[in-house]
Amino acid sequence: MTASLLRLRGLARKEIKQILRDPSAILIAFLMPIVLLVVNGFGISLDASEMKLAVVIEAPEENARGMLQAIDASPYLSVQRALSTHDGEAAMIDGRVRGMLVLRDDFAQRAGRPASWPAQAQLVMNATDPNTARILEGYVAGALQVWLAGQARERRLAPIGGIDLEYRDWFNPELRSADFIVPGIIAMVMTMTGTLLTALIVSREWERGTMESMLASPARMVELIAAKLGCYFALGMGSMGGAVTLAIALFGLPYRGSIGPLAAAASLFLIFALGLGLFISTLARNQFVASQLAFLTTMMPAMMLSGMLFDIAAMPRWLQFVTYAVPARYLVSTLQTLFLAGDVWAVVLPNLAGLGVAAVLAVSATLVVTRRRLD
Amino acid sequence: MLRRIIALIAKELVGLWKDPKTRLVILVPPLVQVVIFAYSASYDVTNVPLGIWNDDVGTQSAELVRRFAASPAFSAVASFASPAEVRAALDAKKVAVVLHVPQDFSADVLAGRTAQAQLLLDARRSNSALMAQGYAAAIVGTFAQDLHPTHSPPLVLLTRDWFNPTLESTWFILPGLVCILSLIMSLLISALSLARERELGTFEQLLVTPLRPAEILVGKALPGIIVGLINANIVVVAALLWFRLPFRGNLPLLEAMLLLYTLTGVGIGLVLSSLARTQQQAMLGVFVCASPMIVLSGYAAPIENMPYLAELASRADPVRYMLVIARGLFLQDMPLAVVLGQAWPMALIAFTTLTVAGLAVRRAVS
Repeated sequence: MTASLLRLRGLARKEIKQILRDPSAILIAFLMPIVLLVVNGFGISLDASEMKLAVVIEAPEENARGMLQAIDASPYLSVQRALSTHDGEAAMIDGRVRGMLVLRDDFAQRAGRPASWPAQAQLVMNATDPNTARILEGYVAGALQVWLAGQARERRLAPIGGIDLEYRDWFNPELRSADFIVPGIIAMVMTMTGTLLTALIVSREWERGTMESMLASPARMVELIAAKLGCYFALGMGSMGGAVTLAIALFGLPYRGSIGPLAAAASLFLIFALGLGLFISTLARNQFVASQLAFLTTMMPAMMLSGMLFDIAAMPRWLQFVTYAVPARYLVSTLQTLFLAGDVWAVVLPNLAGLGVAAVLAVSATLVVTRRRLD
Repeated sequence: MLRRIIALIAKELVGLWKDPKTRLVILVPPLVQVVIFAYSASYDVTNVPLGIWNDDVGTQSAELVRRFAASPAFSAVASFASPAEVRAALDAKKVAVVLHVPQDFSADVLAGRTAQAQLLLDARRSNSALMAQGYAAAIVGTFAQDLHPTHSPPLVLLTRDWFNPTLESTWFILPGLVCILSLIMSLLISALSLARERELGTFEQLLVTPLRPAEILVGKALPGIIVGLINANIVVVAALLWFRLPFRGNLPLLEAMLLLYTLTGVGIGLVLSSLARTQQQAMLGVFVCASPMIVLSGYAAPIENMPYLAELASRADPVRYMLVIARGLFLQDMPLAVVLGQAWPMALIAFTTLTVAGLAVRRAVS
């Protein structure tokens, strides 16, 4: 036992020296997360503002002008007058505007006698981006409602008993997309950093044969892996702490949970990610294959299947099952809850269990593969 | 000269092809990613778990609740009687939306007063909350309309969604995947090419061959271009045959643009490769560059939403231009002039990066 501890200490010292000597580990652990977090955090924003809308008014008069003003006053829309539907279409096709609102020449006539002839406005949208199209539709409809309400007040029309639906958006009352996306980006960045730390660095050791010579030493394989995981784990936790600090300081996220569950989730997830990296590097014999596999198993699944951007509940059922195999999913859900809602154990505990299973699987798979590779 | 270049390209391609694992890694990932990601990338919401908190016993509120439950956007999974229950369920994500109907709802409706209702949303997923609000507003609007059939609405908004009338997410995401998967491949292959020779010490051997710097560059660039184009076309074929996307533009034009685009990817890869001493540094460079390139391109979120500096940075991103071209040619038969307007920045990026890489090789020779 003491011999084992002694060997472990020696191995750890070797790993630390190696990390300090080769800047790439430090670069992966600190430079990469910062770059990724800053670029992704500012780059992925779903808060639409100033969406460009062309407005075609075939017969300019009071009603149409009033409506144009109402739309222009919306903070979400930026109106550009177009002389004809033809011009509007051209602007829409080459992407200068997202959509076009057309008021036909009978708009005034109809708007003057709403009871018998509902006035019509036509909204044509470039739906190559369906999400943006739907959001634009919502903003235009909202601006028109504001205009109609103003009209009704002006004409002193008796309100016909409508229904007033009030929205209360919990946890994120302003619906800031950064509050929703940045926790996901932390998860994505940690998947990449954790896996790359071991995948790239250890695959080079395999390629150069230094891994085999280590395994030929009296150190046992478990000790070797423990030493490697331990050192990179410390590095990874450091970068996780940096990422969380950056999220709060730079992006102004609230943090409503406590530190304990965050540390637990981060540790389990890092063990998984580092284990996955070791597994990949052992399986792939060269750095090219290792880097491809790391890319394939980390960045894209973490971005597309973790619920960081796209709602898992809206995916087809078979794909929802696939997402259970993406540990980033558990981390994203935990982080979103800890940042925005607080220590909700009903959400955090099942996710921690998922992360635990992932960590155990990744480490045991590494042990199995390394053993087989030596035979 | 041509013979020499062909020999160098053959050497590079054989290097990629002879290892079965490398071969697999070039061909399988694009296929897997197309299938999985095309189905996952939707901002839409369906079957949002809905809780009902109805304090009203009248028929009007029952009708409103029935309409919510019948909508494909929501599925009613729970009902509550107290705020504490609602809070617990929203916290634990048992429901994402709660419809609260106060006690006097039916009475207000029958008396012709404006009736109040509340929608409580879990906005941890802000985009889904926004979508759910839209669906709820539509349901409530129709309901209010039906309550007073004699009052026709003062204004009707007719919407038409051009180019993607049924708002299919796959139509949006697949042209993006064409760009991204080929980018990752051409970047990686070219970034590793020079760095590998340098790490293994074979770069010097290459330099003493009769090959001129330009020829070395062409030989190093072509494998990345070829593999990038193959990957892009795997996605194009899958999009057209499996996902049944329309293709309204000009196919040769798309291929020409893809060629230019992979050239930019290879250019960036070669610059990274010439800066890196080891394959590992080259790969790190790829990882650090690829993620911002994807994010800033407008693949996941519109460029207009970005802050000014991010928007500015995105102008140096070839993916941004190719994305417009790919979406435009698949869905809307984009006119040639618009395509060319997006093409020249890519040409500029390709020219600059390849020149820098060429200079680096020449410096190594002398």
